[in-house]
Amino acid sequence: MKKINSAAELNQLQEAAKKRIDPDQPCIALCTGTGCLAYGTQKLVDKFREEIQARSLEDKVTIRTTGCHGFCERGPMAVIHPKKVFYQRIKLDDIPDIIDKTVLNDEVINRLLYKDPQTKERIALEEEVPFYKKQMRLVFGMNGLIDPTSIEDYLGIGGYGALAKALGGMQPQGVIDEMIAANLRGRGGGGFPTGWKWDATRKADGDPKYVICNADEGDPGAYMDRSLLEGNPHAVLEGMNIGAYAIGSSQGYIYVRNEYPLAVANITLAIEKARELGLLGDNIMGSDFSFDIVINRGGGAFVCGESSALFASIEGRTGEPRAKYVHATDRGLYNKPTVLNNVETWANVPLIVDKGSDWYASIGTENSKGTKIFSLVGKINNTGLVEVPMGITLREIIFEIGGGIPKGRKFKAVQTGGPSGGCIPEKHLDIPVDFDELAKLGSMMGSGGMIVMDERNCMVDVAKYFLSFLEGESCGKCTPCREGVLQMRKILDRICEGNGTMDDLDTLEWMGQAIADGSLCALGGSAPNPVLTTIRFFRDEYEAHIRDKKCPAGVCKALITYDIDPETCTGCHVCARICPTEAATGEKKELHTINQETCIKCGACFEACKFDAVKVS
Amino acid sequence: MKQKVTQIIQKYNSDKGFLVPILQDVQKEFNYLPREALSAVGTVLNLPMSRIYEVATFYKAFHLRPRGRHQLSLCLGTACHVRGAPLIQDNIERALDIKAGETSDDLEFTFETVNCLGACALGPILVVDEEYQGQVTLSKTNKMLKKLGKKVATDDEED
Repeated sequence: MKKINSAAELNQLQEAAKKRIDPDQPCIALCTGTGCLAYGTQKLVDKFREEIQARSLEDKVTIRTTGCHGFCERGPMAVIHPKKVFYQRIKLDDIPDIIDKTVLNDEVINRLLYKDPQTKERIALEEEVPFYKKQMRLVFGMNGLIDPTSIEDYLGIGGYGALAKALGGMQPQGVIDEMIAANLRGRGGGGFPTGWKWDATRKADGDPKYVICNADEGDPGAYMDRSLLEGNPHAVLEGMNIGAYAIGSSQGYIYVRNEYPLAVANITLAIEKARELGLLGDNIMGSDFSFDIVINRGGGAFVCGESSALFASIEGRTGEPRAKYVHATDRGLYNKPTVLNNVETWANVPLIVDKGSDWYASIGTENSKGTKIFSLVGKINNTGLVEVPMGITLREIIFEIGGGIPKGRKFKAVQTGGPSGGCIPEKHLDIPVDFDELAKLGSMMGSGGMIVMDERNCMVDVAKYFLSFLEGESCGKCTPCREGVLQMRKILDRICEGNGTMDDLDTLEWMGQAIADGSLCALGGSAPNPVLTTIRFFRDEYEAHIRDKKCPAGVCKALITYDIDPETCTGCHVCARICPTEAATGEKKELHTINQETCIKCGACFEACKFDAVKVS
Repeated sequence: MKQKVTQIIQKYNSDKGFLVPILQDVQKEFNYLPREALSAVGTVLNLPMSRIYEVATFYKAFHLRPRGRHQLSLCLGTACHVRGAPLIQDNIERALDIKAGETSDDLEFTFETVNCLGACALGPILVVDEEYQGQVTLSKTNKMLKKLGKKVATDDEED
C-alpha cells in the first residue's frame, strides 16, 4: 500500500473505504471477542462463510468478524445489517435459516431473538434490547462496526481523521487546551485530568519524551481495555499518535498483559498496517511529525499497572514502584518526561479532537465528563461490557441494563474499583456514578470493574479474597503493604474460621488506616478499601461471624454445615455417589444423611441435588 | 540450548530492556525456564544471574520447574470467585493431590490459578490445555478430570 502523504490523500482513502461498511448493505457482523470465541464462535464464522459461498453470495453479503459487542452473556451473537437485527445464542444449525430468511428475505427468526425476562417479549433490533438501550456507546460502539484486523474498515468510519485534523490545523498546545477543556479524566483508575498531564509533560525539560499506553489490565473482573484493544486497536493508536504530537514525543510503548493473546495479535497487526500507510513512522501524513510504537508484553504482575512499576518493567527490571515525589511527567520511563494513559483514555482522544471539547464536556457530570465503560459481572443477569454516560445511577446500570440478579435472589452489594475499591450496599444504589461520588463511599471508579453480589456471597469472604489477591501481588518493597496486608488477611482468616474477636474489627480499622498512610504506592495505599468498606456497610455480617460463629451467606467452611432435609430428599442417591469422602450415605429411595465428622464441605452434594434437599446452615 | 537462546535474544537486538519478553520467548521454547537457559541469557546479555533470577521469580508468568503434560488454569478473578471458583479449586487440588501452582510428580498435570482471564460472562472458567471451559461446576470438573485419566466420583455412571 502507498503511504498517505496528506490529509487529502487520507480523505480519498476514507471515502473509498466507506463503501466497505455501507450501512445499507447486507452484512452479518459476528462478535469474535474473547468471550464469544470461548463459546465456539470460530466454528460459526467458518460455517457462515461456507454457506454464503454455497449460495454464491460472496459479492452481495459481507461477513464481518468484529470485536466484542459487549453483551457477553448472550454469545455467540451477530447483528444482521442493514436493519440491525440482533441474534443471540446462535448455533451452527441456525446459520442456513439466518441467511435464507433474514439476510435474503428480511424475515426475522423469532427463536434467535432476545427475550425480555420481564415482559417475555421478543426484541428484534439491537438498539431496542434493554441491555443496549440505556447505553451511550461512543467509544465501544465502533467495535461492532469494524473488523479490527482491517485498517480500511477503521478508515471507513472516519478513522485517523482526528489525527489529520490535529496535524493539519492545530498547534500541539491547542490539542492540549482542547483536552483540558474537555476535562477527560484518566480511565485507568486515578482519574487524573489527561490534559493537565499532557501539559506538564510538554513543558517538562528532557528529551526524548515518551507516551505509553497502559494495557496492563490487572483488575480482576474488568476486561474493557482488552476488548478495546482487540476490537478497535486503531482508535488507541490514533489517540497515542495525537498525544505524542501534543507533547512532542516520537516514541511510544504499549504495555499489554501477556494473558491477552488476541489483543497482542490485533494491536501488533494494527501497528504494521498503520506503518504501511504512513500513519506511524517518519513524517506521518507528510508532516514533520514522526512517531512509532513498540509493544511490551507484561509478565503477569498486578503491580505493573502502577506507573513507576510499569516503567521499571519496560526497562527490563522487576516491577517495583518508587516514591512519587517526582512525577512521571517530569521523570518517567528511563527518567524522561512520560505520559502514561490507559487504553480507554487513549481511545477517547480521537473523539474529543474530532467532535470538540464542548461536545465532550456536555456529557456527564460537573467534574466527570464523557462516558465510562464498565464490566458488569458476577451475580447479574446480563453480564457484559456497558458504556454509559457519567452520572447514571448504579441502580440503572444493575437493574435496567444489567437486568437484575439471577434466580430471583436478593442484591447484596456491588464492588467497584477492583482490589482498590469498595463494596457498595443497596441503600447507596441511587448515587450518580462518577469519580467523586464513588470516592465519597470509600470506593473508587478504578478501571471500571463492577462486580455484583447477591445474598449468597459473604462479605467477609470477599474482603478476604481481595486481601489474599493483594498479598500475592504486593511487590514486597515497602513494609506497610508487604506485612500489613498479610496481617490483615490473617485476621480475616481467623474471623472466617470463627475465632475472631470484636477487638479484631478495631485492629482491622486502624491497621487499614496505617497501611493506607504508609504504603509507597497506590496498591498498598488502597489495599484496605475492600475491608474498610465492608466493615462500614456490612458490620453485622462480621459480627455474625465473630459473635454467633455463623456465616449468614453460607460460604465460610468452618462456620457452615451441610444437612439433608428429610421432607424433600427423594433418596435418589446422587449425593452418596458423588461424595468424595463417603460422608453422604443412605439406601436408594430412602432418606440420606450426611456424616458431619467426615464431611469436608466440598459442596458437591449441594450442587448435585436436583431437589434442593441439601441445605447449608 | 545456547544457540536457541542466542537466536531469541538477537530478535530483540540484544537489548537488556527486553529481558521480560526474552524470558517469555525462552519459556515458550522450553515450556519452562531451565537453569542452563537462564545462564545462557546472562552470558549473551552480559547480565548477572542474580538479575535474571530476580526477574524470573518476580513475574508470575515464569516457571522455573518443568510443567505437566496437561495444564489446568482456573480463573480466580472476582467474578469467578463470587460464582464459586474456590470450591472448584479445592476439588481439583484434592483430585490431583497437588496445590495450585504445583505439578504432579509424574509430570502429568500442572494446576494453577490465574487472576482474571477477562471472560467473566463464562465464570467460573477453567482452561484445560488452552481450551476455555465456561460455567464449570464440580460435576463438570470431575467429568473433565476423568476424561484426562483421573479417578474421581462422577454422577454419570450407572450403579
